[in-house]
Amino acid sequence: MSERIEAGVSYIGLSVVRPQTARLLAGRGVYTDDVKLPRMTHVAFVRSPHAHARIARIETDAARALAGVVAVVTGPELARVCSGWVGTLAHFAGMKSATQHALALDRATWQGEPVAAVVAESRAIAEDGAARVAVAWEPLPAVTDPETALDPGTPVIHPELGDNLAFALELNAGNVEEAFKNADAVVAETFTMGRHTGVTLEPRVILADFDPSERRLTVHHSFQAPNMMQDILARHLGLEEQNVRVICKDVGGSFGIKVHVYPDEMATCALAVLLGRPVKFLADRHESFLSDIHARDHRVRAEVAVRRDGTILGMKLDDLTGIGPYSVYPRTSAVEGNQTVRLTPGCYRFRDYAARLRVVLQNKTPMCQYRAVGHPIAFAVMEGMVDHVARALELDPVEVRRRNFITGDMYPYTAPTGYFFERLSHEECLDKLLEMSEYRKLGAERDALRRRGVYRGLGLCAFIELTTPGPAFYGVGGARISSQDGVTLRLEPSGTVTCLTGVTEQGQGTDAMLAQVVATAVGVRLEDVRVLTGDTLVSPYGGGTWASRGAGIGGEAALQSGKALKQNVLRVAAAVLGGEPEDLDVRLGRVVDALTGEVKLDLAELGRVAYFRPDTLPKDFQSELTVTRHYVPRHQGFAFTNGVQLSHVEVDVETGGVRLLGHWAVEDCGRIINPRLVDEQIRGAIVQGLGAALLEHCVYDGAGQLLTASLMDYLVPMAAEMPDIVVGHVETPTAYAEGGFKGAGEAGTAGAPGAVLNAVNDALAPLGARVSAQPITPGVVLRALGRL
Amino acid sequence: MPVLRIALTVNGVPVTRAVEPRTSLADFLRYDLELTGTHVGCEHGVCGACTVRVDGVLVRGCLMLAVQADGAGVETIEGVAGRGELADLQQAFAEENALQCGFCTPGMLLVAQELLAASPGASEREIREGLASQYCRCTGYHAIVQAVKKAGRGRRRT
Ligand code: FES
Ligand code: FES
Repeated sequence: MSERIEAGVSYIGLSVVRPQTARLLAGRGVYTDDVKLPRMTHVAFVRSPHAHARIARIETDAARALAGVVAVVTGPELARVCSGWVGTLAHFAGMKSATQHALALDRATWQGEPVAAVVAESRAIAEDGAARVAVAWEPLPAVTDPETALDPGTPVIHPELGDNLAFALELNAGNVEEAFKNADAVVAETFTMGRHTGVTLEPRVILADFDPSERRLTVHHSFQAPNMMQDILARHLGLEEQNVRVICKDVGGSFGIKVHVYPDEMATCALAVLLGRPVKFLADRHESFLSDIHARDHRVRAEVAVRRDGTILGMKLDDLTGIGPYSVYPRTSAVEGNQTVRLTPGCYRFRDYAARLRVVLQNKTPMCQYRAVGHPIAFAVMEGMVDHVARALELDPVEVRRRNFITGDMYPYTAPTGYFFERLSHEECLDKLLEMSEYRKLGAERDALRRRGVYRGLGLCAFIELTTPGPAFYGVGGARISSQDGVTLRLEPSGTVTCLTGVTEQGQGTDAMLAQVVATAVGVRLEDVRVLTGDTLVSPYGGGTWASRGAGIGGEAALQSGKALKQNVLRVAAAVLGGEPEDLDVRLGRVVDALTGEVKLDLAELGRVAYFRPDTLPKDFQSELTVTRHYVPRHQGFAFTNGVQLSHVEVDVETGGVRLLGHWAVEDCGRIINPRLVDEQIRGAIVQGLGAALLEHCVYDGAGQLLTASLMDYLVPMAAEMPDIVVGHVETPTAYAEGGFKGAGEAGTAGAPGAVLNAVNDALAPLGARVSAQPITPGVVLRALGRL
Repeated sequence: MPVLRIALTVNGVPVTRAVEPRTSLADFLRYDLELTGTHVGCEHGVCGACTVRVDGVLVRGCLMLAVQADGAGVETIEGVAGRGELADLQQAFAEENALQCGFCTPGMLLVAQELLAASPGASEREIREGLASQYCRCTGYHAIVQAVKKAGRGRRRT
């Protein structure tokens, strides 16, 4: 009897092991700094030691005289090769920012801004050369406090802008004054969310190689969005787009840090053009702290009007954020504030909401999008207020949430801030979380321990997450950042499949997730799919990986491309076998009779015929075994997801230390492709949120000097102090895309800070103390307790 | 810059090179010998990405100078993984998804190997403390702890 395959295999929903990690486990990954090119040089930058200073003169002779130094270049020289840029988006009405250059022209506006470049035969010599560049500085007063940035007495950082206001926004939905008039109670709080940064373990690194004979630039880059960079390099260096190739090999962590235009990276590429030879820049950790984008730095004042039963009637919000001297190009530094004010009320049904946002300039490291942009602030504020309400009215925090949630019967729902929610699952997630964590039992234990002087607390944080953004995010504002993405599939003669995509990999498991979708859609075994990402010369044009778009957009493109390739395979099979394609199927890499499952043809045999013996096929038949399909979300601006987290802490009221005892998260990212990968995205993201809540802080003095520019001073979460994290799921697929996939990369970071804030306040409640600033350091706790 | 000649074995192979006294062992391995599996995350001794073995002892490759390794036996991830010493740990890391970007992974594997050699039955708490010299920015550590525990279980059985 002939062999039969009754059914194909679906890899969607399976926790398969990432197929492409063996090299990383063997020390054979290829990160950008591992790439070495003939005639390669290295660049080191001279950076401003002042937060704000005029450059009177730059003496470069001593550096030039050093053996091994190839070139010393200052701002005006480099500006002839690389044009400046302005980080604004047209759909942020009234937004303004000054023109920024790769190297400052005559004035440095933050400590760490690059002002001169030394190119040499080795990184060490380049650094020696940089130390020999003498800059005559004329220090200027630094603008450091966002609260006074708009005062008439405060210097204006860029006089041509008129003031230090980069962007302002007012939202007025419903009738908030009326809501406050009708309230039984009003609670108010001011939250301070500190500056922190991404600390990718691999620092930023770029290697640019220019061939003047064809004016071709090849850039190896540790980056998330290669096509965006290709476009920007072409435009600012005056090259043809098709002559710029950006290659992102293994990327050692990104988290939104490696998705922006950095002056030192632009300078590196410009230097390669200037010198006609490869130039590499690798940031050292000190430079990373001074020059990687920072995030957060918000002061948010919130007021909530409630009825006695805990129903929220309305909310007022005032968000002030300082973003450094320039809005970062091309995504801008207004997005975090914009998302903060729009996301804040996102889980709840009240419709009277008034918010004001002011985004101000200051002489500190530029601030921009880092994992979960705006979300951690929005939900620390909102959920902090919900717990505040519960405490003020002596209500159960769980019940206050239930009373105010947007419920299952209300979808589809358009929020007063304009966001559209297809379907969320707040109640299911909360139910599951309470059960999974044995919340009531933990509460009883907390109460018992309190009597013995042990202060434990439980903190909930419900949240939504913005994923899978369409063109409304950047495209409509004029930024050339693709919201669509493509997947090209090629059936190899051996019957295996090569997958090329514009979505990129920085450790999330993009390669595994796409291979799972492709293998399922085509009908081949998972191990027969090889995924290649991150090369603008060969992959379909796309946006890359950020804003939790990989699965929602790349996954859907992979599904459509896989289905198309299968159809084409079946056409070839029918040409080989005779009969109709509709009567055949592809299962486990074999063409089978769709009805009986009888194996008819191996894909390797099909490939052999199609590529090497097409003469045996009918004359009018042409096989098409390479297909490309694209996808862009068209039906909604974003695919929102939701979830809820719980933090369990113990506060030492003597030392102010907070110990994390446990953390739980239930989230709903739609249809799950690989549960383990999703869990690990959530866990990793939670730990970044825990770092923000308790440890991580870019601390500046009044003169704009960064005091935490090493890993001795800036605390990153480590294994011993992090809790176990239990993750659960609810699955609400999107109906707008066939796959039903949404994103999951940022949910953890979105909710963790709010959960910790509430847990600490729960622990402190019996002592009548409350904190509202993050990171919640021992000092913050002791001050709240009146002990410092 | 003056250079000094050093002779050492790296992954069992004798190596002789002239190096500047200021070159760190990590840079020497990465740039002079092109053994790029040893990563450099901070260059100031905090993150542990640069961990290598010198005469059987784990050191921070960024805090040791290449000239200090003159006469020593150095092992890097390429050598240790290459001869199969880490096979069960690598498999456990893959299965538990204990790596995302993989930048911390070589150092993490070497430290986990040392930990399990000393106590294959290490508890989760002991594993967390044993790994506290290593930064991982991607995973949140949970999966790494599970992977080390899993490999330890396997070793106790055999
Ligand atoms: S690079 Fe050596 S400890 Fe970080
Ligand atoms: S996997 Fe990225 S730093 Fe550990």
